[in-house]
Amino acid sequence: MSRKERIAEAILTVVGLSSVAVLALIIFFIFREGAPFFAEVGLADFLGSTRWSPGKGHFGILPMIAGSFFVTLGALVVGVPLGLGCALYLSEFAPKRTAAVLKPLVEILAGIPSVVFGFIGLTVIVPLIRDHLGGPGFSVLASSLVLGVMILPTMVSITYDALRAVPQAYREGMLAVGADKWQTVTSVVLPAARSGILAAGILSMGRAVGETMAVIMVAGNATIIPTSLLDPVRTLTSNIALEMGYASGLHRQALFATGVVLFVVIGALNILARSFVRNRVR
Amino acid sequence: MARDAGRGESHGRGAPGRPKKRSGVLGVALVRASAALAVAILVFIVGYIMLRGARLMTPRFLFGSPEKMGREGGIFPSIVGTVVLTLSSVAVAAPLGIGTAIFLTEYTREGLFSRIVRFGTESLAGIPSIIFGLFGFLFFVIRLGMGWSILSGSLTLAAMMLPTIVRTSEEALRSVPDIYKETAYALGASRWQTVTSVVLPAAMPGIITGVILAMGRAIGETAAVIFTAGSSLRLPKSIFDSVRTLPVHFYILAREGISFENAYGTAAVLITAVLLVNLAAYYVLYRVSKRRAGGI
Amino acid sequence: MLRRKEILRLPQAWLLLCLLAMALLSGCAREGRAGSITLAGSTSVQPFAEILAEEYARRYPERPSVNVQGGGSSAGARAAMSGTAHIGMLSRELAGSERELTPTVIAVDALALIVHRDNAVTELTKEQIKGIFSGRITDWSELGGAPGPIHVISREAGSGTRDAFDGLVMEGEDVLPRAIVQDSNGAVRETVAGDPRAIGYVSLGLVDDRVKAVKVDGVEASVETVRAGEYILVRPFLFVTKGEVPTGVKEFMEFVMGEEGQSILAGEGLVRAK
Repeated sequence: MSRKERIAEAILTVVGLSSVAVLALIIFFIFREGAPFFAEVGLADFLGSTRWSPGKGHFGILPMIAGSFFVTLGALVVGVPLGLGCALYLSEFAPKRTAAVLKPLVEILAGIPSVVFGFIGLTVIVPLIRDHLGGPGFSVLASSLVLGVMILPTMVSITYDALRAVPQAYREGMLAVGADKWQTVTSVVLPAARSGILAAGILSMGRAVGETMAVIMVAGNATIIPTSLLDPVRTLTSNIALEMGYASGLHRQALFATGVVLFVVIGALNILARSFVRNRVR
Repeated sequence: MARDAGRGESHGRGAPGRPKKRSGVLGVALVRASAALAVAILVFIVGYIMLRGARLMTPRFLFGSPEKMGREGGIFPSIVGTVVLTLSSVAVAAPLGIGTAIFLTEYTREGLFSRIVRFGTESLAGIPSIIFGLFGFLFFVIRLGMGWSILSGSLTLAAMMLPTIVRTSEEALRSVPDIYKETAYALGASRWQTVTSVVLPAAMPGIITGVILAMGRAIGETAAVIFTAGSSLRLPKSIFDSVRTLPVHFYILAREGISFENAYGTAAVLITAVLLVNLAAYYVLYRVSKRRAGGI
Repeated sequence: MLRRKEILRLPQAWLLLCLLAMALLSGCAREGRAGSITLAGSTSVQPFAEILAEEYARRYPERPSVNVQGGGSSAGARAAMSGTAHIGMLSRELAGSERELTPTVIAVDALALIVHRDNAVTELTKEQIKGIFSGRITDWSELGGAPGPIHVISREAGSGTRDAFDGLVMEGEDVLPRAIVQDSNGAVRETVAGDPRAIGYVSLGLVDDRVKAVKVDGVEASVETVRAGEYILVRPFLFVTKGEVPTGVKEFMEFVMGEEGQSILAGEGLVRAK
């Protein structure tokens, strides 16, 4: 091997590690900033208490955990069927040319800044809920609707890939034995793409859990465990973004600790998603 | 919708003796409706912003300085800030991302090492932007003393867009037919020569598309940028100055009710930029797929 | 040769390289910022500081430019202590280790209690306000308004405005957890302007005709009542600096505290710092 070759390989090896290095740095800095808090306050008080009153030394993030959970669940209820339907149409029912135009359109949704989604939620959905359903409008419902739309591109494109990965022969076989298109889709294509669709759902979930700016604008950010769809909520991400600028001392550590919790949740979701993708029938 | 129902059944009719399925009719209708709804949502969002903001996109607004916190005047510093921030983050992320992809496709076999790299990339892709923001704030702004600046912001953004660039570049590199490489090796080219003179040029359109798409995301990013690039309204003089990007400016204008009019104008500029960038990406892809199709 | 290659393969080596490059860059960063003055801190002070910076640039184009950042009062104090910012902006008094900083009161701000324009309630006592925000009073009919649940709008924990409100009104009681939390004065105002059942608190300077400020203990919230010492919900806006400041920063402080700066602040609805 020439000298040039070796240098090229060495540089590429180093470059190849850049994302691992960034990941390591992120984990290191977030955990280093958040970890002392767990030692000081204790995991049980942090995760199990509902009282968030940083000025008085109460740091319970149970309402935020519940908030993230409900808002994400709501987003999935809205976004998963819609995204699945959309992907099914694009992959199985749409004429080729229609699909070629529609798919990029759905992907453009992913490019629209989250603040714009949040703003439309704030000016359209929140007043609509306040005037017609009651409550302050800032609510689990408003957040779920906004997030449900925001996860669409993720849901659609991964589901679409999973559906496309189902061998054409499966479909032809079904059609040959006299099944119609819908029967083929429900009894062969969907089951074959099951794990890919599941992965799409989980990754969409990750997207919903991690979204920040749009949620701050429409969720109301109250530190309660919501008991109705019309109650305001605060998510883990909003908790960080809302108070980070102001926090110092233990309060600041508590917010980084919230970041650690968020990080762990997202990490778990990603590992889960990856295990589904790996088991997928190729 | 009656039409799709007919379409769904027409396949059923090909099977003699089978009763028509009502579930099929309904199912196909729902599938079609959800696709229509998704498109309607996109049209609504773009229309809602453009109807209110497009008329504000005058040269005075685009090239003017903001006055009274943005209540009056234009958004020129934010446009400059967004462009500079986005380009400099691409300048950092593209070599790293493309390099990683080359490494994964050409320089290593599937093994522990490549698995680690892939794990790193995929994990990075799943991390929410607020975490990147926190990290950028702790590391670049505070630890390295870069302050709220274009530098801090673009390094943070670069970290965020890295996985997208790696993934799309890897796909593009893998789609290069093996015969190209084999021919190059047969002609006595070394690995690096093969990569630079055969594989990269062939994969370039796909790579460019990926980079442009990553750029589109970076333009709209808010949470990570507000913590690292700050929110100064001044025109930046160097990469050590803080900037307020378009999405951050929009957020502040709309959120604090400073000026809804200018907020819509800013959002219209932002949406136009995102649409143009996406269009550019698809154009590159379209041109190439056409050329390929014609060539074979 | 081979050894060098191996070394380069180590992730630590890569990290080290990275850090080295960053360190070099950050060295440049410090130097690069010397040409301008950085302000950071309270989002309540930020809009006013931005206007000051704008006027300063217009009147003294030859002097260093002024960059204004948000971040919040505590971040402002931290930034001033660490040198990230030349001047920290606070909308509350200095606390704890922050006292090593030099505070300058640039103006006095009042907290106005705002409700929707159509709300029949025009006057509240401090006790009533405390009752509303602690969750003891939950319906507008208890206050003489049209019946309906009160939507309480508050600010996030740690913000200067929230701290001031906690100190001036709540006196140790918690704001009810169900309160909607918005992250800026403007966002509180927009929420109240759109919701007939909402009540919130904002800087006096930000009250406009889309919302209605109620009398507190019978006193209207206005610059006059604040200056006369009649309106009780007031707080200082501080610029804080650390130790001896560069000439450029000193000149800017003189501008802010002089007639020019003070009349700009007064024009924006704040009360002069005497």
